[in-house]
Formats: sequence, C-alpha cells, structure tokens
Amino acid sequence: MDFSPLWISLATSLVATVITFLVGVGAAAWRGNCRGFFAVVVDCVFLLPLVLPPTVVGFFLLLLFGRRGPIGELLLRFDATVVFSWPATVIAAVVVSLPLMYVTARAAFELVDQQLLEAARTLGASEWRVFREVALPLAWPGVMAGAILAFARALGEFGATLMIAGDIPRRTETIPMAIYFAVESGEIRRALMWCGVDVGISLGLLGGIYYWTWAERATKGPR
Amino acid sequence: MPLSVVIEKRLAEFTLTVEFAAGDRPLSILGASGAGKTMLLRCIAGLEKPERGRIVLQDRVLFDSDTRVNLPAREREVGMLFQDYALFPHRTVAENVGFGITDLADRQRVERMRELSTQMLMDALVERYPRELSGGEQQRVALARALATRPQALLLDEPLSSLDTHLRSRISLLLQETFAQYRRPALMVTHNIEEAYRMSEELLVLQRGRVAAIGRKEEIFQRPASAEVARLTGCKNISRVEAKGDGSFFATDWGLRLKGRRAANEATRFAGIRAHHIAWMRRHPDAPAPENVVPCWLARISETPFGMTVFLRTRETERASDEIELQAELTKQEWMGVRAEEQPWMVGMAAENIFLMDS
Repeated sequence: MDFSPLWISLATSLVATVITFLVGVGAAAWRGNCRGFFAVVVDCVFLLPLVLPPTVVGFFLLLLFGRRGPIGELLLRFDATVVFSWPATVIAAVVVSLPLMYVTARAAFELVDQQLLEAARTLGASEWRVFREVALPLAWPGVMAGAILAFARALGEFGATLMIAGDIPRRTETIPMAIYFAVESGEIRRALMWCGVDVGISLGLLGGIYYWTWAERATKGPR
Repeated sequence: MPLSVVIEKRLAEFTLTVEFAAGDRPLSILGASGAGKTMLLRCIAGLEKPERGRIVLQDRVLFDSDTRVNLPAREREVGMLFQDYALFPHRTVAENVGFGITDLADRQRVERMRELSTQMLMDALVERYPRELSGGEQQRVALARALATRPQALLLDEPLSSLDTHLRSRISLLLQETFAQYRRPALMVTHNIEEAYRMSEELLVLQRGRVAAIGRKEEIFQRPASAEVARLTGCKNISRVEAKGDGSFFATDWGLRLKGRRAANEATRFAGIRAHHIAWMRRHPDAPAPENVVPCWLARISETPFGMTVFLRTRETERASDEIELQAELTKQEWMGVRAEEQPWMVGMAAENIFLMDS
C-alpha cells in the first residue's frame, strides 16, 4: 500500500496554509485602511479565485507559470521550472484557499471594536503593536477558523492542481488525485480507503473550528 | 495657555467650528447630545482629522493645517477616557493599565502601577479581567490606564453617564481628587448640567458645533449670554421681551410687565429666571402689588423625589394653548404650605434674578 498521497496532501496543505495565513491575515488587516473603490478592488482580487471554476484558475496559473508565462520565463533564468512539480501543488492550493482565509479574517477584524484600537493608539502604541497586541488577539478565533477552512480547501483541491501539477505518483499525486484515478481505473477499494482518510481528516478539522469559535466564546463569555 | 484649540471639522449636519484655550485645570464641556462634543475630543486626541485648524499642547504643535502637521494619536501624549471605557477584554487589569508604559524600566513600571493602584482603589482588581468588573471598577481601571502614561492632557468623554446614581457620586469625587492632583488641561465632556458645574470652575457651552459660551461657571450660570446658553444651563423660564423705554419690559410669553437685573433696551430680546428663584409672597389683599410680584394660578404639578415642580399660569382661566407656563421648584415642605393657601398666589420674581439677553 502506497501512502505517499497522504503525505503529499498533508505537506502541500500545511505549507499552503502557512502562506495563505500570512498573506490572508496581512491583506485582511490592511484592507481595514482601504476606502471606497480601492477597497472593492482589493476584495475582488482576493475573492476572484473563490468564484472562478478551479479549472479556470488552473489554466491562468499555467499561463503565468508555464515556460512562456511571465513568471515561468523568469524562473527559467534560474534553471527552475514549477509546472508539474510539487511546488505547483502548493501554488494551486494557496490560490484557491486564500479567499476563504481572507474573507474569514476580514470579518473577524471587522468585528473588533474600533474603539479598542483607538484606545491603544492614544496610549502610544505603534500600528504594529495595535495589530499584534489588540486586533489580532481579539480576532484570533475567527482567524483560526479561517485557517482551518483554508487548510480544508487546500486538502480538497483538485481542478487547478490537475491543470498545473498533473498527477505524477509520489511527486504531485495528492489524495483527491489518487481517488479520481483509482475510480477511473476501477480500483474501488483504493478509492474508498482514500475517501475514508479524507472524511477522518475533515471531521478533525470541523472539531478544530468548533473549538476555536464556539468553545472559545463559551469559556470567555460575552464581552 | 497650555492647550489651545482652533478646529473646523465638517460633520453630517453642521460644521464643528471651535476656538478656545484651556489652562492647567479641568474644563467642563457642556452641550446637548449631537452638539459635537465627542468629535471635539477625538480631534484633539488625533483620532479624527479636522479640515482646518491648529492644536497646540504645552508648546507642541499637534495639528496645523497650514504647515500640514498632523501628529498621529500615539505621539500626542493625550490621555483619553472613552465613554464605555474601551478596556482590552483579553488583558487583565494590570495588563490594561500597563499597556501604555511598556517603555519604562521594570522598577519604574511597578512603582507607577502601585501608585495608580492605590490612587484608584483597585488593589484587589489587578489580576481580574474587565468582564469580571462592575461599571464603576471598569471606570477606575480606564482612568488609571489613561493616567499611567502621564499624558500632557486628559480628555474624558461622558465619564459618569453610564454609571448608576450611587456610583456616580463616588466616581465624581474620585475624578475631582484626580483633577486636583493632575494640574494639566483636563477636558470633560458632559450633557449633565450638575456634573459640569460640580467638576470644574471653567465651563464651555457647545451648541451645534459652536462655542456658545466659555468662562467661569458662576458667570455663565448667572449671566447667560444667550437664550440658548440659558436653556443649556438648565434655565426653565425664558420669555421673549419688548423693552418699555423706562428700563422695564413686557415679557410676551408670560404676559407680564417686569424689571430685570439691568435696564432693558432696544437690543434686549429675551428674559429668563431660574425655577428655584421664583418665590411665594405673603398675601396682602389690600396693598398694591409691589414690583415684580404677580398673581399666579396653578396649572399642574410634577413630583420629583425630593421636591415639587409647580407650573403656574399668569391668567385665571386657561387662555391660548401657546401661553407658556412659569416653572417653579419647591421643596415638599414648601409645597405643603403653598398648597394650603388660596389662589391666586402672589409670586415674586426678584429683579436681581431676572437676566436679560440680547440673543
């Protein structure tokens, strides 16, 4: 039995979630200072991958990272190719999971009482300290829920990954790939086994969301 | 002056246009809700940016639209007490108070915390979270937090309004003690006349974004510059007037000819007398009524916990609906005596208690 899809999936989702977390939280916090039309533009950029079909996202990524694409060409100068390698699974996972992180974190930051941030400023705190010690801790349950959603989305990513990373056993074959190609070649038991693994991980993630949102609120009580 | 403020800030309904200076002592800012009081504090604290103006605190320019100076809130060294305290819910009392003094050395920090803890009577609270505190305790912690950074000025937004009555008097004493030790500009915004009077010697009356009066509180209460200031400082009886040439005037809303503290002239437009200055006179049925003593009939009464508000008519029968009743304040005991007497009651409005206003 080859367990490589599990490790590849977990590694891809973990790395993607870390990147998504940093970019998503940063963008969500920064979005708070944007006004009017610019804020709409920022929203659109970050939310587009959520509404586009994954195959479209994958195709755009292929255009960007392919040998003739602007980024692909740049990478070629350093003798590197991304397409159909493991980093490509990470790129696909980041792009499709980012909107969930962004949207959840943004909502969490918007719920933080602005007056608390103002109070911190009048007490002499720098903007970084206001973010680090007031905004982020207060938005933390929402931010964590966003990270878990992003991880789940990254774990289930199929369409864009297939376009840009393909299905190379032991290199880019994630669990969803393994399931699809197992079904295609009639290996129903193998497909069922991977489905079971996915269900198990997903239940664990839902438990995490429960812990970070409802349980947190229950112990800390209303503010 | 240690704090000078010139501000022009467009708001939804009017433009806040304010110019004043404050010394190293408390100044109460009195105004109806929506007069722009909170916005004024926010502009000084650096949380809002005025369109035009200049704010100088202890010789430091905080804001100047001409030279494009606009210090961020964190560099202004202005302590702000928010109306609902704005304590950090995820930090203990000690962490809240210590938030602004992380730059101090540990020993100094501990020292200052101990000092504030004693001053604000919060020794027992330091390990607790804000949600575990009562309103009065939260208020004390918020005050300690604002004072911890040794701000150059202190801004208090309705510091007593969300407290119960019994807490209010205790916190107000604490505030007075704090002000006495603070000796720097302290602006306290309130819509409560008594609070404004109690907490400071100086008063600024704000009306729809403009300074309607500023100065010593006794002066403003005894000689309000305008009918609006009189009303905002709690004067219940205000009438339009027509000057009568001999210095007396006819109060058109009351239908009375009276004399005021000074002679009325062409420019005089309003007269006012506070409800507690309306006095009951002994009846001398045969003697002619002395100056400023008029017969009145009871319109209605309204009871308060410790007194009685009596609304009086100056005609025996009900007249047009727009006739304005005179409002008098009596103790319950006084009311018992007055009630026993036959109407009309002879009511005196001493000339020295009637102030005349030109606008």
